[in-house]
Amino acid sequence: MNAENQAFQPQPVQSYSPREFHRQAHDALGNPQIRGNFRKAMDGLMTKRRDSFEGWDLETLRELGANIRMRALAKLPDLLEQLETNCQANGIRVHWAEDGEEACRIIREICEAHDAKSVIKGKSMVSEEMHLNAHLEAAGIEALESDLGEYLVQLNEQTPSHIIMPAIHLNTDEISEILHEKTGTERTRDVDYMTAAARQQLRERFMAADVGVSGVNFAVAETGTLCLVENEGNGRMTTTVPPVHIAVTGIEKVVEHLRDVPPLYSLLTRSATGQHVTTYFNMINSPRKEGEYDGPKEVHLVLVDSGRSSIYQDNELLDTLRCIRCGACMNHCPVYTRVGGHAYGTTYPGPIGSILSPHMMGLEETRDLPTASSLCGACGEVCPVKIPIPDLLVRLRREAVGEGRGNVPGAGVKRTRKEAAAWKGFQWMATHPGVWRSGTAVVGKLKAMMPAKLGAWTEYRTAPKPAGRTLHALVKQHQADKPSVDTPDKEQR
Amino acid sequence: MTPVKCYPPRPEKVYFFGTCLIDLFYPEAGLDGIRLLEREGIDVLFPQDQTCCGQPAHTSGYHEEARAVAAAQLDLFPEPWPIIVPSGSCGGMMRTHYPKLFAGTALEKKANEISGRIYELTEFLVHVCHLRLEDRGQPEKVAMHTSCSARREMGLAETGPALLAQLGQVELVEQARAAECCGFGGTFAVRHPEISAAMVEDKTLAIEAAGAERFVTSDCGCMMNIGGRFAHQKKTVKGEHIASYLWRRTS
Amino acid sequence: MSARNAILKRLRERADGPLVAPECDFAVVTGRGWSPDERLARFERWITSVHGEVVHTTRDDWGDALARVLADKGVRRLALGREHPVAVEARLALANAEVELVDVDRDIEDWQQEQFERVDAGLTSVGGAIAETGSLWLWPTPDEPRLISLVPSIHVAVLDAETIEDTFFDVMERHDWARGMPTNALLISGPSKTADIEQTLAYGVHGPRELVVLVRHVDADTEESL
Repeated sequence: MNAENQAFQPQPVQSYSPREFHRQAHDALGNPQIRGNFRKAMDGLMTKRRDSFEGWDLETLRELGANIRMRALAKLPDLLEQLETNCQANGIRVHWAEDGEEACRIIREICEAHDAKSVIKGKSMVSEEMHLNAHLEAAGIEALESDLGEYLVQLNEQTPSHIIMPAIHLNTDEISEILHEKTGTERTRDVDYMTAAARQQLRERFMAADVGVSGVNFAVAETGTLCLVENEGNGRMTTTVPPVHIAVTGIEKVVEHLRDVPPLYSLLTRSATGQHVTTYFNMINSPRKEGEYDGPKEVHLVLVDSGRSSIYQDNELLDTLRCIRCGACMNHCPVYTRVGGHAYGTTYPGPIGSILSPHMMGLEETRDLPTASSLCGACGEVCPVKIPIPDLLVRLRREAVGEGRGNVPGAGVKRTRKEAAAWKGFQWMATHPGVWRSGTAVVGKLKAMMPAKLGAWTEYRTAPKPAGRTLHALVKQHQADKPSVDTPDKEQR
Repeated sequence: MTPVKCYPPRPEKVYFFGTCLIDLFYPEAGLDGIRLLEREGIDVLFPQDQTCCGQPAHTSGYHEEARAVAAAQLDLFPEPWPIIVPSGSCGGMMRTHYPKLFAGTALEKKANEISGRIYELTEFLVHVCHLRLEDRGQPEKVAMHTSCSARREMGLAETGPALLAQLGQVELVEQARAAECCGFGGTFAVRHPEISAAMVEDKTLAIEAAGAERFVTSDCGCMMNIGGRFAHQKKTVKGEHIASYLWRRTS
Repeated sequence: MSARNAILKRLRERADGPLVAPECDFAVVTGRGWSPDERLARFERWITSVHGEVVHTTRDDWGDALARVLADKGVRRLALGREHPVAVEARLALANAEVELVDVDRDIEDWQQEQFERVDAGLTSVGGAIAETGSLWLWPTPDEPRLISLVPSIHVAVLDAETIEDTFFDVMERHDWARGMPTNALLISGPSKTADIEQTLAYGVHGPRELVVLVRHVDADTEESL
């Protein structure tokens, strides 16, 4: 084992964009490594989740989870104020940010006030959403990820490809290569060796860090408590060792009561990775108090809106905010499994990403995401808080073609004259039954003239052939052929 | 997941909503569905003015057009008889989405009433007709493909297999990842063709690997998709709508 | 207008009007009704399934068990409190052992390097445990600070068997956590681990590599019945 670690300087990240979804998906589909890694990983996660819920009345638990989250959302402004009051009473300083930019500024200013040169990060998807690391780097403050998966992804100059397992797109050999190249470890398939190397490298950084930045899994209004879920211990390290701890969260992560936490925690760990519990569940209430010997001397909470209060306005879209960021939806998604997380080009990929990102980034940027789903419903079936994801995808499709309520940024961007005319034509035919019957009959007669090539369809499948006679015609015949029992309502017009 | 339905006793009459895919591409499947019901002594009414449930427009986001098309179907079923639909996809649309589609409109009450009478064909055959089948066909290995709509929107993963289990000469084999989507998803297959193709490829490989000589499904969209892929690959596995399969083997 | 007020205003002036808060029924996360033996068995099964070690001992003999564990693991320097009865008894039990006892009642700034690099194990009491998930719960204090159960590679936790409860919900309710939370409250359910390298489990990432739970039973009879 190489005891001499090369000091790792974080580099700017490789970028994907949701606008390039088709190309990114194409690339991923043609990459056997990605296909293989994700298929194996998702299969494992689906099985583990199912096994971990054995013995539970899962539907009742999900119902409770949904109700807890709905209650919190129903009372959101009051709970946020209560959270603030209680946090402040405990000595936690509370900051509010309307968008990611503002949140980055707040965090940077706290760092600068402490002459911070290095920040160590526990896992926080919200910090990814606001591109915090880049913002700090630009200000000359090093931001190093401490979660092993995030650390590997950062070393590899990428963004996470899954909200729970950021390095899921990498296999053991790829990880070995990354560690070797960036930190001087030996090339190996020994997972324990690599883990020990990372442990050593990061322990030094925990000790040296001026500020620790973490996310929040649940923020409890009743007591002003910040809850963090983790297995590695880096979350506890990040929130205990450095003299300053900054916790950052979206405003929707509040729950009302402390007792709301156990049901959500049970749902979260099982839905995410099939674990009955994580190694650590960390509940933070205050900075180091008088007479205590460790813990940060300052704790800050940054509450980030960034489009969430807009989603909040609409009764249907509101359900999006129930999300507890478990990742079960993407684990079960046949599309995500095949293209991986990077193809989406958004901080949150997969089904939750497709219903969330349009609000945060606008439909212009994310126009291909709501349709990147066959609406199979596997996501909605496993969501621990019963978000009706397929319905929300359809709602966003409505918004994208301008037939929604117009309250999502970029509404109407996907409407084309051609497609709108086609559907109007369809509507006309389908509301004029006489025309429908004769029109479909004609198509049937002309079946020999149907094109063999039907664009994208026939690239992979044979073209369907219209039948010679429609069902309407066959039934008419069938009725006529029956021995006569004359009832006037046999055939309705 | 749909709530457990309370099934009515076998009625004397039912309506039949054939679906546009069946109307155009697989009318025999529709007719066979009607035959199966008539064989049970049920009078089947087929309103000739039916066209489409509106789903293709609905899932494309063309909400107004979908609603107009759906509205045109609401007046076709005036009597309180069950409405049988030989498709989990269209059945799902009419049962689970019509109420929301018409919420807050003058047709809300009617739409709710109609949606309460919708039954998918296999569901109706199993839970209302309590169908008994006598297999007259040759032995063969068959895989059941239950569409995602039938499985998740309508909660009907068991009805297709239950019917096939009654066919004494049929060995039902299960393909790997049977609950995974085949990749049709209506317009998904043409909007995201490569991803859809990857999904249908995996589905055909799984069905083949299970040793099935044929696959049977209650959804023509899936059938067109999976069958079309098999044909494109010049494979021998063929697909059949479960209504046709059951009718063929029992008459 | 401040960000705070702008956000709260938007939330309060909701376009679709006020929302109804649904009722919540917590029955599904409580009411397991397990016996003490069942609780213990479940606790042990879960925590050992993730490489936690369980050593059964008694209130009278646990000091010897501790000494044995430390000797087996080659622990030379042990961090522990001073005032908690567990710490007091431990200090007595280890008076003649070849283990240097490291005091922790000093600001971490004064000895951080030492704790990270030259402490082999940390010993703590615990508040209790949860059977359903194989979890210990701790409320660190000045006497037993937060980091001694995190930084050293080995964490030795002393658990009284009768303090194991069925579920997390039960612990919270029974001990009325909502009335007043400490600076930090923790659940610890095993040694540190990760599955980030191709879903292969590896232990000892950032937290302790080993977690040893000394389960103290009231007397020898209870212990033997296991």
